Amino acid sequence: MKHSLLSSSLLAVSLVVSAQTAPLEELLARYQSAGASSFDATRGAQLWQQTVTPAGEAQARSCGTCHTDDLRAAGKHARTGKAIDALAPAANPKRLTDIDTMEKWLTRNCKWTWGRACTPQEKGDLLSFIKSR
Amino acid sequence: MTKFMWKMVSVGLLLGGSLPWLMSGVSFADDDEHDRRGKTEKSQGQLDVAPVTHEKYKQECGSCHFPYQPGLLPSRSWQALLANLDDHFGENAELSAAVLKELGDYLDKNAAEHASEKRAIGINRSLGAQETPLRLTTTTYFKRKHHEITAKMVQDNPQVKSFSRCETCHTQAAQGSYNEHDVIIPGFGPWKD
Repeated sequence: MKHSLLSSSLLAVSLVVSAQTAPLEELLARYQSAGASSFDATRGAQLWQQTVTPAGEAQARSCGTCHTDDLRAAGKHARTGKAIDALAPAANPKRLTDIDTMEKWLTRNCKWTWGRACTPQEKGDLLSFIKSR
Repeated sequence: MTKFMWKMVSVGLLLGGSLPWLMSGVSFADDDEHDRRGKTEKSQGQLDVAPVTHEKYKQECGSCHFPYQPGLLPSRSWQALLANLDDHFGENAELSAAVLKELGDYLDKNAAEHASEKRAIGINRSLGAQETPLRLTTTTYFKRKHHEITAKMVQDNPQVKSFSRCETCHTQAAQGSYNEHDVIIPGFGPWKD
């Protein structure tokens, strides 16, 4: 009786844990299916710093323009000033837990910041960087 | 008939013609919403526009700005907005095809020309058939309703900044009510006509 209770609660805990990490891992696996190789947070950090000045704009843009370079701090929308919740999962446990959300923002923000879509490699590197903060 | 009689007839016609207007309490001098009995609209009365009930719409179209009720614009305006989300007033607000379809259906079904609430009807009626406003704030209807509002109260007011931020002054906006009696302008107080 004791054994089955212990093993079923262990199973329950491990299921919960794997459910929590699954979305990011699943998304990274999709990126690899799309041609990306292994992901690297250091490469992601370099991408984070990359600046682009869109044609006709006075200001250069990087990820930090809105999110700041301290991912545990709240960011601010560059134009409206609206607060943006911290990106680092260590500061904001809701981050990196939903595939649709991650994809939505990477689609929008790569285009807005760099003027183009990110490659699966870049997306995976960026997510790995965010996870590491 | 004599000249005198013509004068009497024309005065009589004038008076007779204007009598119904005098009786109804309509005042052309101000823009206030008074019904025919001369009473002001009750704040809790009939809705100006149906409140947003679609959770996904609130989430996707209300996370950066006020979730504008579908009844505030005609369907063609909503379609134009959704078709250009990659450049949504300078921002990229792209959505997946599935979400786009879901929100498009909700907006179309509840757009101004399909709504039964009075402001939605008023907005729709005021627009030319070829007019496809992307912003409610640029319409003649909106400008007319806000013509007494100064720049000091909005654009130059750091607590307001833009007419697009309805909820900043219209305290019942989220409930679908834009009655002037619920307006409190930050830094100025309740709107007094």
